[in-house]
Amino acid sequence: MTTAVTHSSHLAVRNLRILYRQPVYLAFTLVQPMVWLLLFSQLFERVVDLPGFGDVSYVAYLAPGVIVMTAMMNAGWAGTSLVDDMDRGVMDRYLASPVRRVAIINGILAYQAAVTVVQSLIVFGVALAMGARYDAGGVGVLVVLAAAVLLAVIFAALSCAAALLMRTQDALIGIFQFLAFPLLFLSSTLMAPGLLPDWIGSVAKYNPVDWAVVASREALVAGPDWGLVGGRMALLAALAVVMTWLSARAFRAYQRAV
Amino acid sequence: MSEPTRLAIETSGLTKTYGKGAKQVRALDGVTFSVPFGTVFGVLGPNGAGKSTTVKILTTLASPDSGDASVAGIDVRRDPAGVRSAIGYVPQKPCFDPTATGWENLALQGHIYGLSSREIKARSAELLERFGLTDAAGRIAKTWSGGMQRKLDVALGLIHRPQVLFLDEPTTGLDPEARADMWSEIAELTKSDGLTVLLTTHYLEEADHLASRLAIVDRGQIVAAGTPEQLKGELSGDTVQIELAKPAVNGHARAAIETVAGVRDVAADGAIVRARVGNGAATLPGVLAALDAAQIPLASVTVARPSLDDVYLRHAGRSFQTADEAGTKEVAA
Repeated sequence: MTTAVTHSSHLAVRNLRILYRQPVYLAFTLVQPMVWLLLFSQLFERVVDLPGFGDVSYVAYLAPGVIVMTAMMNAGWAGTSLVDDMDRGVMDRYLASPVRRVAIINGILAYQAAVTVVQSLIVFGVALAMGARYDAGGVGVLVVLAAAVLLAVIFAALSCAAALLMRTQDALIGIFQFLAFPLLFLSSTLMAPGLLPDWIGSVAKYNPVDWAVVASREALVAGPDWGLVGGRMALLAALAVVMTWLSARAFRAYQRAV
Repeated sequence: MSEPTRLAIETSGLTKTYGKGAKQVRALDGVTFSVPFGTVFGVLGPNGAGKSTTVKILTTLASPDSGDASVAGIDVRRDPAGVRSAIGYVPQKPCFDPTATGWENLALQGHIYGLSSREIKARSAELLERFGLTDAAGRIAKTWSGGMQRKLDVALGLIHRPQVLFLDEPTTGLDPEARADMWSEIAELTKSDGLTVLLTTHYLEEADHLASRLAIVDRGQIVAAGTPEQLKGELSGDTVQIELAKPAVNGHARAAIETVAGVRDVAADGAIVRARVGNGAATLPGVLAALDAAQIPLASVTVARPSLDDVYLRHAGRSFQTADEAGTKEVAA
């Protein structure tokens, strides 16, 4: 167990080093959330006039959604670093060494979690600068960060599993294009839950993106329903554990194909 | 098991098939060999012969369909974790991390093998010095030359002082100077460290130069094994190699040479025609006269002692170059 933890932390450091050497990558990942926040929130500013949003500005409503969306979208590419390692001999070197398989995945997940925290805080800051205001204090912000990190872990682990099974960047891009936008639109990320068509509302109950958005938004209101927040967070945590386990299992399939 | 085994690697009857149905490829078809400690063992063969598959089984990356293998006395199937701690592996493709420095690459590898930070520092300094990489060690590895990067790959395989080092095509893609440099490093490994090295290569000169014993593989089977000298010694006499000015006439050239007394096998491959002869100096005038009489223009003629190329031709029934090109096409397809 301790070996797995040590290996995980050393591999996480390897990944984080790229971030601090090439901070421009982080800047690229912020382009999309800024478009949603700066342009989309302005274009749809009046949407909150519809009954169902309550007394809130659209940018304040949208910001937790943009944080969650950004976490998902970037985590979806996490597997590309595994494909790079497979294309080079790095993966073979790891697999012929005593390194724990799960540590290779954990190193990527830890990296993705760190990136998600930084991105989320930046998006939060920009939203506040645009006039978004929330009643909740620090605990609410921590819940938003935790929800974003859990969602990032879920999608990063899924991306790693796909990378190990398909072994090409093209396949990875294809799968993720297929998933990302449907999951985004089948949730209350952009539209108040009460205004969703019934069928989308029903589907959203099974959508991890919606779990993260609902928990985040609820945690930011005054006097939140902690039962609702806790329930959604528990679902996210359980799915994160399952996905991590599945991606570590995907190594077996990869090794059969070596 | 009455006496302790002094074999670094032992395999018997390894088979491995990839794919299913029509796409099925028999990568290994009963591979048996053994390697004593402290030697360089060469696995020589064209692309697609089964060299890398053999290495993948011995390094626990792949498991054989049947057959047994042990490395440093440890069974690869029963105790893969034990094998992994005992070996170093340098894959065919570059395996260093291009985004990290030399020091960082070695440090991560050291941590993977459970070395302490102090051991890692000392061992990294030693390896960087030995491979002449000390000056570059603080720079990001993607800025290094190809030869230096390949040496870093080898250094990564040595950080934990393994008993057996696997080098899968260590010099493929290197320029001649970097290759010669790598050869002297590899030769040094067994001399000074007592390390056992298994080296795969599709360069005949490389096997001849480095390996104390070698196995020639073709289509998943070992077709010949022994020391390079033994293998060449089995072919008595000399080789006359004729390069034709026009490859199209190699059939005529072959027919003309076969009529000369003292000539044994003749093989034509493109512009090159090779003849095995009992005594090169005595037979050459007759060969030249026959070609002249047939009015076949020549580019060059050489007489040489048998090379591994001749050994390969004899055992595999096709020239090494032809097999290598065919193998490359199969791999690409």
